[in-house]
Amino acid sequence: MAAVKTLSIDGRLINARGDQTILEAAKEAGIAIPTLCHLEGVSDVGACRMCLVEVGDPPRLMPACTTQVFEEMKVQTSTERLRNFRRMIVELLFAERNHVCAVCVANGNCELQNLAERVGMDHVRFDYLYPKLPVDISHERFGIDHNRCILCTRCVRVCDQIEGAHTWDVAHRGVNARVITDMHQPWGTSPTCTSCGKCMQACPTGAIFAQGSTVGEMERNRSMLTFLINAREKKQWNI
Amino acid sequence: MEHLKLATMWLAGCSGCHMSFLDLDEFLIDLAGMIDIVYTPLIDAKVFPGRVDVTLLEGAVANQDHLEFVKMVRARTSILVSFGDCALTGNVTAMRNPLGGAEVVLRRSYIDSGDAGAQFPSSPGVLPQLLDRVVPIHHVVPVDVYIPGCPPPASRIRAVLEQLIGQHPAQLAGTDLKFG
Repeated sequence: MAAVKTLSIDGRLINARGDQTILEAAKEAGIAIPTLCHLEGVSDVGACRMCLVEVGDPPRLMPACTTQVFEEMKVQTSTERLRNFRRMIVELLFAERNHVCAVCVANGNCELQNLAERVGMDHVRFDYLYPKLPVDISHERFGIDHNRCILCTRCVRVCDQIEGAHTWDVAHRGVNARVITDMHQPWGTSPTCTSCGKCMQACPTGAIFAQGSTVGEMERNRSMLTFLINAREKKQWNI
Repeated sequence: MEHLKLATMWLAGCSGCHMSFLDLDEFLIDLAGMIDIVYTPLIDAKVFPGRVDVTLLEGAVANQDHLEFVKMVRARTSILVSFGDCALTGNVTAMRNPLGGAEVVLRRSYIDSGDAGAQFPSSPGVLPQLLDRVVPIHHVVPVDVYIPGCPPPASRIRAVLEQLIGQHPAQLAGTDLKFG
């Protein structure tokens, strides 16, 4: 058991275990920090920067999901600067690829769409890039639409850490980065994919979908993921 | 007090936002007592008036006519409202952008999928030139109020109109900011 640390989040004094992140400590204290790439049960990578918080004085920006607590840490989770940055991050995600909510399989069940509401995004101030991106429906049950992908890497992490297949990975850099299957080959030809569907359940947007779903039909069911995590880590096998 | 002068227009869109406006149902009767509708595709008005208090613009800017119309409307309107997802993001109408410029899009529509004798449509002065990129209205002129939604539900349109009639700065929040 790691030593107990005392820190303050938004002016409230909080006790947390030394091995906990700011995000975990805040959650236990009932303080909600917006997240996007974070997924319960798999490791955190700090990819999306939605959970940025201010630490110390003068305040430094740190991702809450990958920053461990320390003694006398002072954290602010919702300053005007952070709110501005969060809205900017969501706007940039919308501008980077082709997120057309009206015709998206995830319309109404999308974490990016929900975040846009939460951060008060009424329009995108940046120029849209309109990249030409492929849709791979070579897998017999699932599809990947790169137009909707935000590179959160949840699919990469569930496939590696829960399923143990590591079919997914990320290729290229920066704005050209893409999630790929195996050796950057059509998903349907992947020799490692077990067709378990965990990537589809983990995906926050309409990027990975079940074939046959049309606008607004792609609802996620994360209970399969939480069941496996509880079984492995807490030895609880009841659903 | 003088009634608020309201204009509406559709650009590159499907007119669905205007259908949603008509979904205001009996509130339209109250509205008729509070505003003057001076220009809209829903009434027979030929000329956009010189001075308008509020204009709702549906659709994205996709051709030369839209571009000129939007600039003219901005110059004559106090409060310009981007009305629906196409006006705000380009939405479905901007899905042609990844294909390339206007020529690529026209070629795909009229030549590649045409019959024998297929040709580009050309009728100068009648058919407006397509722009190379479909863009949201606020990328062309400053916009004051944004109403997201495809289409925006009638309740959302009503919320904005009531704020504007009450001389309040219109601002949507929470679930009223849902795109799609």
